[in-house]
Amino acid sequence: MSDTQDAPAPTQTDPAQMHLPQAVEPRNAGLPLDLGWLRSVQANTSAIERRAKTLPGRRSVKKDHQAAWLCRAISCIDLTTLSGDDTEGRVRRLCAKARQPVRHDLLEALGMEGLTVGAVCVYHEMVAPAVAALQGTNIPVAAVSTGFPAGLSPFPLRVAEIEASTAAGAREIDIVISRRHVLTGNWQALYDEMRAFREACGEAHVKAILATGELGSLRNVARASLVCMMAGADFIKTSTGKESVNATLPVTLVMLRAIREYHAATGWRVGYKPAGGISKAKDALVYLSMIKEELGDRWLRPDLFRFGASSLLGDIERQLEHHVTGDYSAGWRHAVA
Amino acid sequence: MSVRDIYDTMAYGSAPESAADAYAWLVDQGDRFGHFIDGTFTEPGEGFDSKNPATGEVLATLTQATAADVDAAVAAARKAQGKWERLGGPGRARYLYALARLLQKHARLFAVLETLDNGKPIREARDIDVPLAQRHIYFHAGLAQLLESERPGQQALGVCGQVIPWNFPLLMLSWKIAPALAAGNTVVLKPAEWTSLTALLFADICRQAGLPKGVVNIVTGDGSVGEMIVAHDGIDKVAFTGSTAVGRRIREVTAGQGKALTLELGGKSPYVVFDDADLDSAVEGLVDAIWFNQGQVCCAGSRLLVQEGVADRFHDKLRHRMANLRMGNPLDKCIDIGAMVDPVQRDRVAKMVDACTSGQTYRADIDTPQTGAFYPPTLITGLSPADPLMQEEIFGPVLVGTTFRTPAEAVQLANNTRYGLAASVWSENLNLALDVAPKLAAGVVWVNGTNMFDAAAPFGGVRESGFGREGGWEGLSAYLKPSGTSKKLKPIEPFPGNGDPDDGIDRTPKLYIGGKQARPDGGYSRTIHSRTGKLLGQVPIANRKDIRNAVEAARGASAWASTPGHARAQILYYMAENLSARATDFAAQIDAQTGTRTGKREVEAATSRLFTYAAWADKFDGQAHGVPLRGMALAMREPVGVIGAICPDEAPLLGLVSVLGPVMAMGNRAVLLTSEPFPLPALEFVQILETSDVPGGVANILTGSHTELAPHLAGHADIDAAWSFSSSDVSGEIERASAGNLKRTWVNNGHARDWFAPEAEGRAFLDQATEVKTVWVPYGE
Repeated sequence: MSDTQDAPAPTQTDPAQMHLPQAVEPRNAGLPLDLGWLRSVQANTSAIERRAKTLPGRRSVKKDHQAAWLCRAISCIDLTTLSGDDTEGRVRRLCAKARQPVRHDLLEALGMEGLTVGAVCVYHEMVAPAVAALQGTNIPVAAVSTGFPAGLSPFPLRVAEIEASTAAGAREIDIVISRRHVLTGNWQALYDEMRAFREACGEAHVKAILATGELGSLRNVARASLVCMMAGADFIKTSTGKESVNATLPVTLVMLRAIREYHAATGWRVGYKPAGGISKAKDALVYLSMIKEELGDRWLRPDLFRFGASSLLGDIERQLEHHVTGDYSAGWRHAVA
Repeated sequence: MSVRDIYDTMAYGSAPESAADAYAWLVDQGDRFGHFIDGTFTEPGEGFDSKNPATGEVLATLTQATAADVDAAVAAARKAQGKWERLGGPGRARYLYALARLLQKHARLFAVLETLDNGKPIREARDIDVPLAQRHIYFHAGLAQLLESERPGQQALGVCGQVIPWNFPLLMLSWKIAPALAAGNTVVLKPAEWTSLTALLFADICRQAGLPKGVVNIVTGDGSVGEMIVAHDGIDKVAFTGSTAVGRRIREVTAGQGKALTLELGGKSPYVVFDDADLDSAVEGLVDAIWFNQGQVCCAGSRLLVQEGVADRFHDKLRHRMANLRMGNPLDKCIDIGAMVDPVQRDRVAKMVDACTSGQTYRADIDTPQTGAFYPPTLITGLSPADPLMQEEIFGPVLVGTTFRTPAEAVQLANNTRYGLAASVWSENLNLALDVAPKLAAGVVWVNGTNMFDAAAPFGGVRESGFGREGGWEGLSAYLKPSGTSKKLKPIEPFPGNGDPDDGIDRTPKLYIGGKQARPDGGYSRTIHSRTGKLLGQVPIANRKDIRNAVEAARGASAWASTPGHARAQILYYMAENLSARATDFAAQIDAQTGTRTGKREVEAATSRLFTYAAWADKFDGQAHGVPLRGMALAMREPVGVIGAICPDEAPLLGLVSVLGPVMAMGNRAVLLTSEPFPLPALEFVQILETSDVPGGVANILTGSHTELAPHLAGHADIDAAWSFSSSDVSGEIERASAGNLKRTWVNNGHARDWFAPEAEGRAFLDQATEVKTVWVPYGE
């Protein structure tokens, strides 16, 4: 099942080790496409929204717990830049921030020295500079791929893009699915596409971006989640960040429940990555508590959970300084990426 | 634990809400409370401690009301009532608006105090109880504003005695006080002795709102105080929310006192999960159904019915979810389950569960505080309808369940209960859900949801869950009556005599049961004379067995309930047609029977009345209420079921038709006792029924003694409502006998009604002939 079974077991107290997906969990090998299972999937939008809406009021994390949870959130961030004007210099800055996401004195005060983000996420052209900039750390580089964000470039090129990125040193590949397969109910095509992407990734872990904002319904989100897991996705991810609606709590709930169902049926743990629109520390806490509630503590680790976010870190830094000093912080007191 | 440790364990920790302001308020009040009577707090007297059930700590000392206190409160309310009503709807709306605003301004204080006093999680008090209470008062400020234009010809009942439970102290207070005040009534309210503090804080708010003295009076104490209030002869209307046992007692105590009564009682509400449901959402729904407020919810989804094919999977998911519930300090913002209201309740629930020897019991293995009235979330699967825990209300965090095979069996099991408050149906198939919802014996049905409430959506039960609705215009009507005064109804005696019959062939009028003419079970008849003493004929004397047979026939004619309104109208029109064809005969017979010359007019009025109800049969629509939800709350008008009615004595044909018309039009079946002194025209009317395509069992007609048969009619468990317009004094007897199955009653309390006037037909009758069922259908893809 796993191609890295000999890897050392993770140590819980060494954050530097904890973002290594390969080192922890046997990879999801996938299943044959099970259309019967797919057809039985239901998602009641109103009930799901109700659960999502009330959760923040049910779970409140305060004081030291809040600080610890926010550090955990940092360890799960895919620090991301996906802009047309990205340059090597910009990516080097981002990587420096990934190594030292929070001011050293604050981490020292919290007893959290050595904390890093989960990964750095860039376009293919920026993979090599990012890998170079992260030399000496265990922070992996993730590349968005397969004609990101629309995924409508020629199929062979999409596969080739994956191969190019892994060759350049990307250890994680964020692929985009063909939304049209979901919208037309062509599950076989979606499955085949995902399978091909997974194979092209080789050792690299593959995150399947569903672009949930374009799938039309939560039931479609649930079904697409399952198909991608059946086809071997290591992670399922909500959004490219480029859709008009990105990660939401209802979508998250649906995808987490799909992961739970898949785990119950197969024993494989698939990771989850919400992306786009999560910019507040408070939101991050709600996401973490939803994962804790629906999937359990095991998923609160960077090998099974990532935030796709660019501005979240800044808000968390301010909250952490507030925790350390007791006074509200200001943005300019923290290093930019 | 260091930050690093927590980083590794990702534990929640605690997040307690501060209770400092609530304690400060209690200290400001001296930690001792009197009653709130006539706008001021009385001196604290002999009383009892109010405790925090999570800790056992004494929060304050409350006063046990004496009879003199209750008298004073009722007198203050009476004194204030006229002026309050004359203030007019818009004037009262301003005070209600101020109360709602003040509730909002002090929202957190109310929430924290409620949690301290009751043990419910602060999240629930803060996010559910207090906002719903505010919403209820705002909504009723609106009803008060619109009352005079929307409900002309209605007036307040007077002084309302209201007794509320401990599970939602402030919310139930708002459900009681808001409609009473909106309609122009004044109030004497007693909170439950375990949870009186937010009511006393509300009294404080009333002062801040400048509410006129005596409009709201709050007295504290135990059940004996409640009994003093409901039995008090200065009370015009009693509203109670609480247990079925106490509700039954109130029905008995108030019987014959002429008081209006609404009861919102217990339940054993089914939670039906079909195999095509979103199972994860249905599991989550159960958290809100049975672990909301520690399961101390009258409408808790406490009886789980799962379709067999998915039952194991569903139960697994449910147990997994239960293990994630967090129980603890109710003030902690990170818990799901707080303390039960009192150790007495915890022990009672524990005893019930411990006595259960069947099924599989699963207690969530979660951290439980060592002290305080805590009871773990519990699931008992594999029970049968015959197990006591499937029938008795547990009123705690205990879910019991069984499985079903088909939709029909789901309905059968769901309705296999003495209660009828609420029900949940989970299915992604709209055809299935909307087919099942109307078939459930419940006042509220939630489709793919649970425990949804709103001031605009009527709430209340059927069967032993009580009667009356709270919320919406439907709820307000329980605090209104028609304007004007009614005359006393004098007993009407049959004419004596020993004269000879007219020439002609002897006729034998019979009872009419199940579409057939039947001789009376007892084999006795009574001779009927004209005013001049001439012999008019003999009528059967029905006994309790004839009632039994008639009810059986009526129950069997249940297809009438699902006969479309249009088809029912056609039959009512046909009856009118046939009556009109024989108008001369009937007029002559009425004249002979009553010794008057009103027969012609009465037949004409009866014909017109049948036309009226034929018209109504397909028009007394329900309403789609606007609730804060993407979806619909449909207040459907359903037939009550089998209605047993004693017809007016004074108008032998028109009276019968005035009762039968609305009963039939709304899809009910009738067991009618005719005018006692003048029974012949009603028995003649059997021929109209027989020739008008009225299905057998829909209308059953008996003759006999009102006083003798009233208790049998009102006591029959398979009759859903009992009405009386008799000139005999049977109102009290009917109310008393109805306590057995807590059926709805509608009696004249010895007051006359003009059967020729508009007051003898229309909405008042249709309201009594229907139950409002609120079906919540949230939607969205």
